[in-house]
Amino acid sequence: MENKDHNQNHQSEDLPQVLLLKPTPVMAVLGEHQFSSNKYQFLKAWESPLPLYQFLTKYANSIQAILCSGAAPVTDDLLQLLPSVRLVVAASAGTNHIDLMACCRRGISVTNAGNVFSDDGADAAVGLLFDILRKISAADRYVRQGLWVKKGDYALGSKLGGKRIGIVGLGGIGLQVAKRLEAFGCIISYNSRKKKTFVSYPFYSNICELAADSDALIICCALTDQTRHMINKEVLSALGKEGFIVNIGRGAIIDEKELVRCLVEGEIAGAGLDVFEKEPDIPKQLLELENVVLSPHKAVFTPESFLALSELVVGNLEAFFSNLPLLSPVMDE
Amino acid sequence: MDTIGVLMTCPMYSYLEQELDARFNLFKLWQHSSKVDFLKTNQHKIKAIVGNTKIGADAELIDALPELEIVATFSVGLDKIDLRKCKEKGIRVTNTPDVLTDDVADLAIGLILGVLRNICACDGYVRSGKWKDADFELTTKFSGKSVGILGLGRIGAAIAKRAEAFGCSISYHSRSQKPNSNYKYFSNVIDLAKNCQILVVACALTEETQHIINQEVIDALGPKGVLINIGRGAHVDERELVSALLEGRLGGAGLDVYENEPEAPEQLLGLGNVVLLPHVGSDTIETSNAMADLVIANLEAHFDNKPLLTPVI
Repeated sequence: MENKDHNQNHQSEDLPQVLLLKPTPVMAVLGEHQFSSNKYQFLKAWESPLPLYQFLTKYANSIQAILCSGAAPVTDDLLQLLPSVRLVVAASAGTNHIDLMACCRRGISVTNAGNVFSDDGADAAVGLLFDILRKISAADRYVRQGLWVKKGDYALGSKLGGKRIGIVGLGGIGLQVAKRLEAFGCIISYNSRKKKTFVSYPFYSNICELAADSDALIICCALTDQTRHMINKEVLSALGKEGFIVNIGRGAIIDEKELVRCLVEGEIAGAGLDVFEKEPDIPKQLLELENVVLSPHKAVFTPESFLALSELVVGNLEAFFSNLPLLSPVMDE
Repeated sequence: MDTIGVLMTCPMYSYLEQELDARFNLFKLWQHSSKVDFLKTNQHKIKAIVGNTKIGADAELIDALPELEIVATFSVGLDKIDLRKCKEKGIRVTNTPDVLTDDVADLAIGLILGVLRNICACDGYVRSGKWKDADFELTTKFSGKSVGILGLGRIGAAIAKRAEAFGCSISYHSRSQKPNSNYKYFSNVIDLAKNCQILVVACALTEETQHIINQEVIDALGPKGVLINIGRGAHVDERELVSALLEGRLGGAGLDVYENEPEAPEQLLGLGNVVLLPHVGSDTIETSNAMADLVIANLEAHFDNKPLLTPVI
């Protein structure tokens, strides 16, 4: 990868253009040079003095690909303005900010983070689950506040081994969660859009039944129209007073208001949450609870994951512009 | 058996207390302001001690109880029991191995995740409202890192098995090399520390392992290294650990034990690269119950003249 100055003023006629509406979080952390290549150049909308609509109209015919992230969604309206786009690259595992159906209709390929986030995502899920079961953050606060000295031993937690874990979404991340928790002696079951033939974990087509048979649910699935508020009052009730929930998917998969009510009223035992419906605003009641662990949407925010993602983004773009197979295409299932 | 006197050394678990009370003539050492007087009065009644990691059975206590037959500790660690004296006097000793192996091994991994992925610091960050202003910085990946285990006993082996599921490479140092192990063996702690990114203390506390984690070892582990202690506070030269963390010579630490419990070093209380737990290694309801049942079972076996379940001596 070359270090190149991508300057709007001298756009090489022969280098195809990749549209960036806003810098992606990964690019903001690693720097643009990490994404550069001699096969394409970036067209940065935010650097232009033109209003967005005019900017897009001006460059419409030369934009063949879009690199996007949650802050810059790819809508049908946007695609309407850019008839030459054939590829959308998501700098994330999630693709809920991309109108996938519009892309499909228009014959536009989409790529995502593939498996580069799977290890870190799984580690975060296990870390959050462990924290709520064994009260790690709460006990750490207890020590730091001098309460171990003043009040004596901390309360008992709950053993991880032997717990029945229901994984919601057995994709790349979900599979890695399962592998790790098995080593702790947990019993794994799952719900997914379709049963996976290559695993022997019990499959539940009904998420309420999975919740009823689980001590903890771990949400690892994508946010789609089908999964929006999939974890609702019924599911939480089935999970029950002794049940825990961990969410490293998207906030909107859970009915957040209902979740907060259940936590406050003791209808579920606890929650570990990396994502929320309206980040970074989170329900005030959660801040007061001892039986929740809160994380600011950084399940995959490690240098290793970010570097791997940058390589994958470059790889996908280079493959595309070389007419080679994409590395991590989003398949329509 | 309710005439048999059993001395509990300190409050440890209410379920255990209740069960002992139901079966034996239970004496609670902490309820007597003058321990000396209490022991003198009751010395001939007490045939068993139930101790733990805070107060066990030292020479003084053993000598004060001429009818003592058995010490059943509510722990796997034996460092608070004068084993030599017990052996001399033919006193049996039991502990609670195996039933707590999972919880303690789980905790070691939990501490690693807590330190590397800053889970506790992140939780504090969100609670304080800081997320609205800025994103938390990157944390460090755990999967695939190299883990060094000091002491490959039951707990050490369980930690290794869990770390392997995270794709970690495992190395260890133990009193002796384990013939059936595929993990890389180092004959001394410093080499182990030099060759791993995360060092976990999982060995027993003996005279040899006091302050086994000293300045040399900490320096070998280095500014990107992380120390996890689920053994005993005395395994680590705590003063040296604190200065290494403050000076950035050590990357981070996850501690469940300290030299002077319940006091954790004050200088650590404000650090973001440590996780500090109040000795909760086996503190789950499930395991505490299993440990209590094992203590009771050992005592009953002894007084029924049956083989002890988990004898040490």
